[in-house]
Amino acid sequence: MGRAVAIMGTGQTHHGKRFDVSYPELVREAVQRAFEDSGLSPEDVDAVVTGTMPSMMEGIALNHLYLADAIQVVGKPLLKTETCGSTGMSVAHTAFYWVAAGLADVVLAVGFEKMYEGDSQATMTTVADPWIQRSFVAGAPGIFAMQSNMWIDRHHIPAERLREAAAVISLRNHDDAFDNPYAHIKARISLEEIKDSRIVTYPIRRWDVCPNSDGACAVLFMSEHKAKQMANPPAWIKGVGYRGDESYLGDSDKVRWNTAIDAAKEAYHQAGIVNPRRELDVAEVYNPFTFMELLLYECFGFCDFGEACDLALQGTFSRGGDLPCDPSGGVLCTNPIGATGLIRVAEAAMQVTGKAGAHQVDGAQLALAHAMGGVSQFNGIMIVGSQQ
Amino acid sequence: MTKEYRTLHTTVNLPYELAFGATLTRFFDGLSAEKILGTRCPKCSRVLVPARSFCPRCFIDLDDWVEVGQTGTVETWSLVSYEYIGMAKTPPYITGLIRLDGADVSFTHLIGGIDMSSIDQVQSRLAIGTRVKAVWATEKPGSIFDIEYFVPI
Repeated sequence: MGRAVAIMGTGQTHHGKRFDVSYPELVREAVQRAFEDSGLSPEDVDAVVTGTMPSMMEGIALNHLYLADAIQVVGKPLLKTETCGSTGMSVAHTAFYWVAAGLADVVLAVGFEKMYEGDSQATMTTVADPWIQRSFVAGAPGIFAMQSNMWIDRHHIPAERLREAAAVISLRNHDDAFDNPYAHIKARISLEEIKDSRIVTYPIRRWDVCPNSDGACAVLFMSEHKAKQMANPPAWIKGVGYRGDESYLGDSDKVRWNTAIDAAKEAYHQAGIVNPRRELDVAEVYNPFTFMELLLYECFGFCDFGEACDLALQGTFSRGGDLPCDPSGGVLCTNPIGATGLIRVAEAAMQVTGKAGAHQVDGAQLALAHAMGGVSQFNGIMIVGSQQ
Repeated sequence: MTKEYRTLHTTVNLPYELAFGATLTRFFDGLSAEKILGTRCPKCSRVLVPARSFCPRCFIDLDDWVEVGQTGTVETWSLVSYEYIGMAKTPPYITGLIRLDGADVSFTHLIGGIDMSSIDQVQSRLAIGTRVKAVWATEKPGSIFDIEYFVPI
């Protein structure tokens, strides 16, 4: 694990369609809030890590250079790391490595995206190989619909029960988003509306899908030595795990999805977690699609394979249940892709430091943050706790 | 009242010439001749389609060429009913993963030749496990669309 690393301050923009700000102004909004939250100022920062999905999302290559002024990076080393959907988690891990390695004491991690400015699925499809997959994957909804369909078939989940469980997941996220001041989609919808909504990529329907969002997130990572000089208690990083698959979708099993299973196992091992459902107080699972949220519960050991639908229907993953998931409203209600994985980390850190406001899970001390990316290819986990 | 802010409309249009390399050239030559070719890994014994020059798990070079079947089994599928700029095909269409007979991995392609007017119509002909066969295009210039789609048998 290297040196102990803390999270000391997070900042998010109000996510949504943000044509009131240019891209640099959007990024500055998140960075300023992270400084305000932490009590730090730009001169305290040793290094900066950034990330987005493919830069052609907004048509500006190497956009971290364009955004350097807004990130207040002058005179600092600057890195960019990107893994499509899991970018924000890769950014968090990169910042963690930098501090854990002892090469920096304070690292600013920033993820950002302005998805109203381009065509998100046309951009995302360029992540797939140009020879074969690019013509067929049909963007993220196509890829994850195929993965979801495999999962449904493998567990012989009856169609009605599946629709009900996915609708419960969708409703829970959309209701929870009302308690998150930064969330993008705030929609009062009924279970029936969710279940009857139009097909996007079967089995995925309108209300099973995340939005495109403009948004940014900034998180300050800090060494133990520095963190202990601060007045406010930080969130401590207890474990990290990251795994990648082959690039062809058809090369590996996406139901017993090894990159998700192994990334979680690695993080649990570091954090000393044996029974995640009992020991974790809250999880921010990267859930751009309802079915994927259910599939991931199984891969993360929150329940057995084939059990996620039943437990979701029992409220196990709702606030008040055994393991509340995505009390922020999750990716399903807010998805500025380059920021999204980092928002999961920020939300997890907010939960264990008691800063989550109206969506605070009472007494949360141990939280899991997750993101997935590539062509259903990468999974990253970060576990944070209130105790070192 | 919400204020309207100015926006800039712009495009980035860049042409590319991408090298197939020897292995994918031979794979696409195969499609032109109505053959689907894979390569077998001597270490893990898996037949990989499309053909690869190296095994993505064993990391060793491959040159044992195998022609696989033009029939296979649907591993998963999705009915695509939304559109984005530059989409290769106009929706509705069905994208799928197909385990070709003789292959050990699944191949991404279209499933077609069936009524796609509703999900019920689609599901009356298609499920995971459905057997399908390749339908070849009339023109075969050596692209992935040399196979027009896979049709349920």
